[in-house]
Amino acid sequence: MSEQPLLKVHELSKFYGARIGCRDVSFDLWPGEVLAIVGESGSGKTTLLNCLSTRLTADVGSVEYLMRDGQYRNLATMPEAERRFLMRTDWGFVHQNPADGLRMTVSAGANVGERLMAVGERHYGRIRETAGDWLGRVEIGLDRMDDQPRAFSGGMRQRLQIARNLVTSPRLVFMDEPTGGLDVSVQARLLDLIRGLVQDLGLAVIVVTHDLAVARLLSHRMMVMKNGLVIEQGLTDRVLDDPREPYTQLLVSSILQV
Amino acid sequence: MSELATYNFAYLDEQTKRMIRRAILKAIAIPGYQVPFASREMPMPYGWGTGGVQVTAAVIGPEDTLKVIDQGADDTTNAVSIRAFFQKVANVAVTTKTREATVIQTRHRIPEEQLTEGQVLVYQVPIPEPLRFLEPRETETRKMHALEEYGLMHVKLYEDIARNGHIATTYAYPVKVEGRYVMDPSPIPKFDNPKMHMSEALQLFGAGREKRIYAIPPHTKVVSLDFEDHPFEIQKFAKPCALCGAHGVYLDEVILDDKGGRMFVCSDTDFCEERREAGHVGELGVANKEAAE
Repeated sequence: MSEQPLLKVHELSKFYGARIGCRDVSFDLWPGEVLAIVGESGSGKTTLLNCLSTRLTADVGSVEYLMRDGQYRNLATMPEAERRFLMRTDWGFVHQNPADGLRMTVSAGANVGERLMAVGERHYGRIRETAGDWLGRVEIGLDRMDDQPRAFSGGMRQRLQIARNLVTSPRLVFMDEPTGGLDVSVQARLLDLIRGLVQDLGLAVIVVTHDLAVARLLSHRMMVMKNGLVIEQGLTDRVLDDPREPYTQLLVSSILQV
Repeated sequence: MSELATYNFAYLDEQTKRMIRRAILKAIAIPGYQVPFASREMPMPYGWGTGGVQVTAAVIGPEDTLKVIDQGADDTTNAVSIRAFFQKVANVAVTTKTREATVIQTRHRIPEEQLTEGQVLVYQVPIPEPLRFLEPRETETRKMHALEEYGLMHVKLYEDIARNGHIATTYAYPVKVEGRYVMDPSPIPKFDNPKMHMSEALQLFGAGREKRIYAIPPHTKVVSLDFEDHPFEIQKFAKPCALCGAHGVYLDEVILDDKGGRMFVCSDTDFCEERREAGHVGELGVANKEAAE
């Protein structure tokens, strides 16, 4: 295949003083690929995600991103203006708590339209049309378009957050526990929605989760983290059906069977 | 008999005026950019124009003629007391005539009469940050200004249209200065926004509590933000001024009685008086006294 990886991560480490956030993480992410990072609380999943998405600066190592012009750029040395532009056009970030990723005091339509306005769209009718289209795709009724997300349920907020991130057709989306705090039936619908969108749009996604079922449903490949180290990685089905490391075996066997 | 202590010219000490002038110069050099300055305690409460008074004190000289307006009027408390203040501490000439003034301190209006070269318009600003109510973090708004990330400003206008069907912001309407900085023009009605564009006068903005000074130098482009399909529009009034019959000016509503009687009159009192002296009469106005006699 002639395609190149979208993201090249090389020996990334982050330390909090003497403690390890994450250490020596290396992997390539390919366009259209969904990578799950799993592990228990405090294992460094979110630290890794934040380092990758430049929300934190890594202490060691590099992250290179394939820009639309076909050139690799080191994210750590990219000027801030360019990095912020990248974050709101070519990337998305779905927070665990939708309130962190949404503007709670402006309407759903404006939440989706914000990125469009940020890249220079100045036609109200077109912004509204695109926003309405995206709300439809995440199953939010048009009659809720002018409501503030404060009036939305947890699941709706999370869907709105996804729409807000996808409106500029990003190529890479980071998700931090996208289904955390939702009840199981809502989780199932949200996962179904994300899976459909990822497939339709050919998104590359890095999803952090402690829920192996989420990883199983969404991801092609997964990395298992423990104490800041990646202890096992491979195709999702392989890792879940045939875990090699004792810790992964423990994780897999801890899933509740109903 | 010992002499009574007197104020330094224009109340502030020379070092303070120097500091404020430096901020003003920087503000003029970067139109629309908010320059921090070490705002002083003034003998008046915040919100009464401490920023404007400090800017005026820093730019005024003994030869200047000062006019102070509050919501267009020369005779309201704020205008009268600030005018008296500078008469006392700077002993400058004061006037109510827009044309005769060299320094005009204003709260919430730009005079109707076109300002000319050499005049300085000083605005009193309560909240200098146009993005404040959308983004509460000062660190973030500064970064947004630095990187020219102004998408959020349009989110506010979008919300206006989504809720009201039109841009319902009527005052403190955000503008873009010289194609770069988005600026809050202080709470002037949006009716006055076009007057800032390519104005011959120097416009200075002082926010005392927020400790910021910004400026629009003469002949600077000032464009009000809008959408392509919802262009910027100024307020329109159905009737002319009830006292002087002027069209195309900003009008205030005055309640006349408790039976629903009301009239709309010029908010700029100097402009209205001058027209009435010249013999213009509105529908509720009385003809010029001399003419009546």
